[in-house]
Order: sequence, then structure tokens, then C-alpha cells
Amino acid sequence: MTPTAITLLALSAVLVWGGLIASTIHLIRHPEVSADPGGGDDDERPEHAVIVHDT
Amino acid sequence: MSARTEQSTAAPREQFSGQTGFILSAIGSAVGLGNIWRFPGVAYENGGGAFLIPYLVALVTAGIPILFLDYAIGHRFRGSAPTALRRLGGRWGRWTESLGWFQVSLSFVIALYYTAIIGWALSYFVFSFDLRWGDDPAGFLLGDYLQASEEVSLTGDIVASVAVPLAMVWIAAIAVLALGVTRGLERVNVVVMPLLALTFGAVVVRALFLPGAADGLNAFFTPDWDALSDPGVWIAAYGQIFFSLSIAFGIMITYASYRRRRSNLTGPGLVVAFANSSFELLAGIGVFATLGFFAFQQGIPVSELESISGIGLSFITFPAILSEMPGGAAVGALFFGALTLAGFTSLLSILQVTSAAVQEKFGLTPRSGAIAIGTVSALLSFALFSTTSGLYALDATDHWVNTIGVVASAVIMSVLTVWVLRRGPELLHHLNTVSTVRLGRVWLALVGIVVPAVLGYMLVSGIVTVATEGYEGYPTGFLLVMGWGALIAVGVIAAVATALPWRRNKDDVEPWPPYPAAAATEEN
Repeated sequence: MTPTAITLLALSAVLVWGGLIASTIHLIRHPEVSADPGGGDDDERPEHAVIVHDT
Repeated sequence: MSARTEQSTAAPREQFSGQTGFILSAIGSAVGLGNIWRFPGVAYENGGGAFLIPYLVALVTAGIPILFLDYAIGHRFRGSAPTALRRLGGRWGRWTESLGWFQVSLSFVIALYYTAIIGWALSYFVFSFDLRWGDDPAGFLLGDYLQASEEVSLTGDIVASVAVPLAMVWIAAIAVLALGVTRGLERVNVVVMPLLALTFGAVVVRALFLPGAADGLNAFFTPDWDALSDPGVWIAAYGQIFFSLSIAFGIMITYASYRRRRSNLTGPGLVVAFANSSFELLAGIGVFATLGFFAFQQGIPVSELESISGIGLSFITFPAILSEMPGGAAVGALFFGALTLAGFTSLLSILQVTSAAVQEKFGLTPRSGAIAIGTVSALLSFALFSTTSGLYALDATDHWVNTIGVVASAVIMSVLTVWVLRRGPELLHHLNTVSTVRLGRVWLALVGIVVPAVLGYMLVSGIVTVATEGYEGYPTGFLLVMGWGALIAVGVIAAVATALPWRRNKDDVEPWPPYPAAAATEEN
């Protein structure tokens, strides 16, 4: 491969795959907000609800 | 009586079990056939390595902002596209509900032909084991397999070899949707997406070790910087991002509505967007390494190869390459297996848009909704796309529905939200209250100005092109039926669905977090 093509390949990989890695790491470190306004409960009714399992 | 109390008679809303399930499902929706067969060709023809710049600009200024708009509408108003947009519209709800049904109708039509292509991929997965296309992949595809009619006109002649895999795809899709969001949709994505990454990754690794692969990568990554001054290249980048992310036709509104109220939206959204682009880059490397091998075998430069994108790439060029490749049968099975899996998870999301909308308006269970919509869709799909004219029909319908229908949907939704209903600040407040990656008011500018401007230009130029030049040399009468006719059908379905009465309380959800609130000043 030519040096120019290698450079663009590397740049693409850093920006696109790096973006995926960075956003994933950020999400792992900050999965949810630490505080919210309260209220707004979900409609949790186990006797009617579909069965859910955490994946 | 509060809205909350009224809700107690209705079934609780289905939910994704957690963040991982949602992210994998959303990636499964975004990563589809276009990632594998469209991106590599578009990038190569629009500047090669230089395409990276307009591509990333389009991702940040249009793709991600519309993705977040979809998330905000679906999550805040907790419904499929018609339900959520009706609630967003307030006193104009009847009108905004019709936009939701327009999106649902687009999904309904797209599913009809998308299923057919997945059926082809499934067939080719089987054909790969003995490289059944022989030394004439084009003749095999058009003659032996599709039995495409010589004239471009609608026929009613069903092709059994196409209809059987099509039936298998429909049965599988309906079965998954009937199991519901958590036990069906999410579970399939959690299993299939890692499998897809492994399968396609294996294809790419094999491709990189073929003779001539470096020439293919040179062709793909060598930049043509002059292309950056061509407005057409920038429009191509916005188009690629827009069509790739599964945005603006109801999918992400529907998926976001299945998340718990306290759910991070923007953080997972960035993961989904970059995962989609990451897969596209991987596909570009794999496809062009393989094309480099093909050019090497033929003793010609990569630039002289034909059919390097779309159906031609996957079902003509790639089979021809597999015939010349050591271990071609195994690589073919992996490639067409990956194509089938990528398409199937996207199909599930497209069908869920329609199923969810029908469930909510007509008070159906997930099982009833999936079976009702799936059966009607499957019958139409057989009648239109398993015939000897199926190839032409899906080509025309796909072009009209995407370049006009979906783009129009995005323009109308962004203008309506930001400029007509003026709900942009409320949606921004919603995103920032539940999410860990906070957005500034620049998001409103992107959704309200950049998106309508760029996509509006794409819409007008798309309409002018097909109105003045037609499409692929197809007869005008055929295009009136399968192109414009498909769009008219979308409009009629949307109008009828909007006019039908609701079988359940459509206003039984109060938006949360409350707005306006003290926190609303934070964005100012």
C-alpha cells in the first residue's frame, strides 16, 4: 500500500473505531445520570407485565 | 381522574431489559445491507480516503442529531411513531399523527421488498456450498435464479426458487416479533449481533490475505482531495449517513419508546452511531481487499471493475470472485450468512414499527399485531417481489421510497418539531435530563437548520431527477406504478390509518421529566 493510503486508513480507523471505543468507555463509566427530578415511575405491574430478563 | 389512573386498565408497555439489549438491537437495526454493499462503493466513487471528511461531518451534523431527535420523541411520548407524534403535536395531534402513519407506511412498504433481498441472500448462502452460479454469476442470477422477465413490466408469475426462501424469512420474522420486544426482538439481536461481527470479521481477515488486496485498499483509501469541492460528494456523504442509520421513518422512535423512563439516551446513541460507521469502515476494507484480488486475477486495475456496489456487487461480482478464490465456498457461506443476518435484524426493526403502531391504535397484543401485519405484508411481498418482475419492482420502489419518501419524512419532522410546534427546547431538556452526554443549543440549530437545508436539497434534486430523467431507463408506465404509485400508496395508507378510530386511550401517558421546569433554564 502507498504511504498516503496507509495514512488515510489509519486516520479512518482512529476516528471511526476510536469513536466507538471512546463512546463505549464513556458509557461504561457513566451508564446513567446520577440525579433526576423524581417521579415519572415506569408502569411496573408484574401481574400483567411481559417477562423480562436482564441481558 | 388522572391519566395515570386510566392507564391501569391497559397492558403495561413492553420494555427492553436493559442498556445492552437496547444498544445491540439499535445497532442491529442500523447495520444492514447498505452497510455492506452501499458504503464501500459510495466512498470509492466520492473521493476515496477524502470521503472520510464529508462522511464524519455528515455524521456529526445530521446523522447523530436526527438519531437523538427520534430518541427524544419516542422516549418522551412513549409510543410508536403515530402515538408519539400525536402526543407531541398537542392540539395539532391529528395532523402530526398522520406524519407518524406516513413513517409507518414507509416501513410497511420497505419491509415488502427488503424481505425479498434477505431471501436472495439466504439462497446464496446455500448456493455457496457448491458455488452453484458456475462461471456466469450474472446469467445465473437473472436467468436461473430470479428468472427475470426480459421486458420491464409487472408480471404475476411467481418464481418458486425465490418464493420458498422468502416464505422462510417471513415465518422467522413473524415468529420473532410475536414473542415480543424482550423475548423476541431483543433476544435475537443479543445473539445475532456478536455472531454477525464474528462472521463478517472472518470474511475481512480472509480478504486481507488475498493477492492484490493491497491494490484494492489503495484504491479505496487514496484520497482525491479535489472531490471535496464537489457539492455532489457532500450530498452523497449526507445521503449515506442518513440512509444508513435507520432514522426518520419510525424505527428509532419505536425502539426508544421501549426504554424505561430513567434511561440514558445520548450515551448509547453515540455508541450506536459509531458502531454503525465502524461496521461500514470494516465493510469497505473487506469489499475493496476482495475487489483488489479480483482485479489482480483479471490483470486490470480496480478502477476498471464493474458492479462494485448494490445488488450487482453482492450477487454478481462477489460470486464471480468466490469462484476464483481459494476456499471460496467457505468464504461465500460466511459472506452470505453475514448478509442474511445483517438484513434480518434490520428487517425486524422495520416490521416492529408497523406492528407497534397497529398494536397501539387497535388495542392488539404483540402476538396479534405481529401476525396480522406479518400476514398481510407477506402476501403483498409474494405478489410483488417473488415474481419474474420482482427485481425491477424492488429497484424502483426502493429508489422512490428512500430518496423521496424517507427524506421528506425527515424534513417534515424536523421542521414541524423545531419551527411549527416549537417543541425543540422541551426535547432538548428531555435528552439532557435523562442522559449522561449533555447537548447544547447547537443541537437545535442542527435539527432545525442544517438537517432541513441539506435534506431539503436532496429531496428537491431527487424529485427533479426522477421527474425529468426517469430511472434506470425503465418504462414510464412501470415507474408510475412501482415508483410514484408506491409513494401514493404510502400516503393513502397513512390517511386511512389516521382516520380510523383509536380502540384505546391514546393520551394515557404523561411526559416525564416535567417541562417547563426549573431545569429548563439550564440550556439557556
